[in-house]
Amino acid sequence: MTNATSPQALAPHLFGISFIELNARERARSLMDEGSFEELLGPFDRMKSPWLPAQGVVPQSDDGVVIARGAIDGCCTVVIAIEGMFQGGSIGEVSGTKIACALDLAYQDNEAGHRTYAVLLLETGGVRLQEANLGLAVIAEIQSSIIALRRHTPVVGVIAGMVGCFGGMAISAALCSHLIATREARLGLNGPEVIEQEAGVEEFDSTDRRLIWSTTGGAQRYETGFIDQLVKDDVAAIRTAVRIAFQQSLSAKNRTAEIDKYLAFLARVNPTERLDASVVRNLWKGA
Amino acid sequence: MNENRLNGDRTGRGRIWFTALAGTKCRQLCPIGSVLAADTDLGGHRVRYLAVVPDAENRFPRARSGELGLEEGWNLAKQIREVIDEDQSEVRRPIIAIVDLPSQAYGHREELLGIFLACAAAANAYAEARFAGHPVVSLVVGNALSGGFLAHGYQANRILAFDDPGVVIHAMGKQAAARVTKRSVAELDELARKVLPLSYEIRAFARFGVLHELIEGVNADTPTETDIKKVKAALQRAIADARVGSRTLENRLTSPEATQTRKASIEVRRLLTAQWKRS
Amino acid sequence: MNFEYPATNAVTQRAHVGVVGSGDLEVLLEPSPRDFASVQVCTSVDGYGTVWKAVLDRFFAKYSIKSRIEINDFGATPGMVALRLEQALERSKT
Repeated sequence: MTNATSPQALAPHLFGISFIELNARERARSLMDEGSFEELLGPFDRMKSPWLPAQGVVPQSDDGVVIARGAIDGCCTVVIAIEGMFQGGSIGEVSGTKIACALDLAYQDNEAGHRTYAVLLLETGGVRLQEANLGLAVIAEIQSSIIALRRHTPVVGVIAGMVGCFGGMAISAALCSHLIATREARLGLNGPEVIEQEAGVEEFDSTDRRLIWSTTGGAQRYETGFIDQLVKDDVAAIRTAVRIAFQQSLSAKNRTAEIDKYLAFLARVNPTERLDASVVRNLWKGA
Repeated sequence: MNENRLNGDRTGRGRIWFTALAGTKCRQLCPIGSVLAADTDLGGHRVRYLAVVPDAENRFPRARSGELGLEEGWNLAKQIREVIDEDQSEVRRPIIAIVDLPSQAYGHREELLGIFLACAAAANAYAEARFAGHPVVSLVVGNALSGGFLAHGYQANRILAFDDPGVVIHAMGKQAAARVTKRSVAELDELARKVLPLSYEIRAFARFGVLHELIEGVNADTPTETDIKKVKAALQRAIADARVGSRTLENRLTSPEATQTRKASIEVRRLLTAQWKRS
Repeated sequence: MNFEYPATNAVTQRAHVGVVGSGDLEVLLEPSPRDFASVQVCTSVDGYGTVWKAVLDRFFAKYSIKSRIEINDFGATPGMVALRLEQALERSKT
């Protein structure tokens, strides 16, 4: 990268700012060009969960998802940011529909010839159990919308932590064109507690933090090909990574289409032996 | 864990219905025992049936009771991909997912090897088939839970389910949900009576308008010839409906049921669209 | 819980701060044409009406703003509530 486009040149004031410490709204704003951030269906529209009050849970005015339109490096973009601090970023009827609808609207704009990129800030445990069936249903809609939009434009997922990206939304993440993660991030289907609960502590000790990050942490995921860029927890670094992601070719094969490659990878695994992170890294590199 | 194994082995409905619908003479296309895949005739047209079933010999120990595991996800993707590629200049063959899954597979190995991606591969393949014009129909004959259902079944144009107590569509199995939320099963049932999306009853689920048809009066465990005929007719209707309909999932929100129970979804879409177009 | 205070000063523009996370709250502050501040508090923790009143009394004694305020709370301390209210007011001035 030349000096003119180096992170320092573009946004010196953003260096040394932790992305993780920002809330969803701040994260979305931090990625977008100065003055271009415009929130849709924001707090004052009061689109709240219709299901939480009956269960004694206080709803949030935006149901935990921020939809922001604007520009990133001049490129028209919609940034969809999940608020991990509200109900663990879990997806309910309203928050999930906001996400799916924003992706659909971006798709329509692209179809009409107006190039619109999409960035998903994924800080989520998956389905909000208090909305169970609706949460699952809207996640299926989100997945369909990502797949459709991906044909037109890069759909970039950013997983920063500390909630990470789990459950049905990890499946959604895997459908993105491009994934960016920090070392602090985690990406996995089942959370550590659920695995321990369902499969026993010998299978997975949910109190073992080193085990957790060596299994689902950003660095391990990067070393095993599940993540495209590993970045520092730094606003400027993440902005740069998103910019790089936007430049990726649309004709590049999505990870989910590399069927034979992954079947061959799995064939090299011996499931009767205990598998650990380094073995998997070596198996992956042996591809 | 034990409960999942029990469900898988007790019902075996996936295999029962695969055999009932595809017949016993069809050639199994998938090399692994936990994924059943075959092309056969339905109403004079070629269709591909897919199911994920228990396999005690499965290479991966945590996917022996019919869970959707690593190899199941990728093999489903492969079977679907073949259909898409083969039919490029042909009539787009319907793909029928027969669903009875206790869950996705839970395990350290599964996480390390990216089961989230294996699920995504299957979901992606189903969706791409749908976008390419293949009618994708899911038939829920037993459990359709969380990540497993997202991968195998939830990307369909049309979802059918039996009106049967053993048919459960949910984000998390009841026992697991009780453990995670530290509530009793009785408490969960009580809560589900008040809060519709929490229900484990398929009739409650049907009220959301996501299902295309709730098939009544069929013996889900030991189907008769009449039952099989009825289900085949329902599948054919769903296929015909899918062929003339949109290739997106929008029909789930336009159903009469959805206008009653998914008001928030509809309002979110209405208002967000209005704001987007204005800005 | 609802509270009302007579008020004299105008609020420039609406503002939002906070997250309904554990130990936190969100505040939605909007201008009101009426000579009152009306506050609606939705909280997961029952039985602290007098504590809420004390915090709000102190805030409106200091800032007599004609406003409509919505608070969604998940167990924040009085100090946190006071902070978020001040932040919302600050933001409404920019």
